[in-house]
Amino acid sequence: MSNRRSRQSSSAPRISDDQMIDLVTKLRQILPEIGQRRRSDKVSASKVLQETCNYIRNLNREVDNLSERLSQLLESVDEDSPEAAVIRSLLM
Amino acid sequence: MASLISDIEPPTTDLVRRKKRSSVSSAASPSTSAASVSGESHARWRSEKQQRIYSAKLIQALQQVRLNSSAATSSSPTAQKRGKAVREAADRALAVSARGRTLWSRAILANRIKLKFRKQKRPKTPTKIPSMTTVVNSSNRSRTRRVSVLRLNKKNIPDVNRKVRVLGRLVPGCGKQSVPVILEEATDYIQALEMQVRAMNSLVQLLSSYGSAPPPI
Repeated sequence: MSNRRSRQSSSAPRISDDQMIDLVTKLRQILPEIGQRRRSDKVSASKVLQETCNYIRNLNREVDNLSERLSQLLESVDEDSPEAAVIRSLLM
Repeated sequence: MASLISDIEPPTTDLVRRKKRSSVSSAASPSTSAASVSGESHARWRSEKQQRIYSAKLIQALQQVRLNSSAATSSSPTAQKRGKAVREAADRALAVSARGRTLWSRAILANRIKLKFRKQKRPKTPTKIPSMTTVVNSSNRSRTRRVSVLRLNKKNIPDVNRKVRVLGRLVPGCGKQSVPVILEEATDYIQALEMQVRAMNSLVQLLSSYGSAPPPI
């Protein structure tokens, strides 16, 4: 009940510790380093959040690099029209 | 032309299938261990079906980008703008694949429309090309300039709270959300980004292998 209410409003005055721990654990399992190496509860929530921020920034940077490479490749493929048609038909 | 397609088809689909198989097999171990906690979101972004859906949407979006850039050659002179247009298209495809269930996907789609209408009074498709480049610049600038002066929640641990706010700024659309919402959106966003990286990686490999190979006759 309180969860639903806190979802609708922007501030959650009461969030249970269990809920917090649950969410942070879920986050920890997704992170590449901390989540997989040690399964002890010694990792603090602050560290998990820090790793999450870094990971998201890394992923964003990787997507930016990839999109730049993709744009260059798309430009180069444009010139060979039969290849472009072939690629398009294959990928679809 | 038909023989050309049939010759090239086996290695390409093999590559594509290999990408999907490797992603599924690598995701098998973590997804089974995390199935008890967050099985649903894990399985969603790592399933083959989701990857296929996203790849198809991504390719459609990229083709549109290519058509736009080739139609107006002077609109995107710099490589950076073209890269950003590709990033926009990929993000849009990703957000659409989320099927409106998450905040960040709705925010991505809403931001595009909002900024497009703000920059151009008439929402007509011929004006989409210049608006796309301006959208990118303004969205980036507004994202970095937004300062959150949030002291709404009084948490036990202010350090954790601060970090959650930082996280909320990183995830699109979660700048002013409550802590559990931010954490949930962040988990989904990370998995979606991972899938985006995988899909774009395989696409880059595919295209670069075609670019380097001599055209068969």
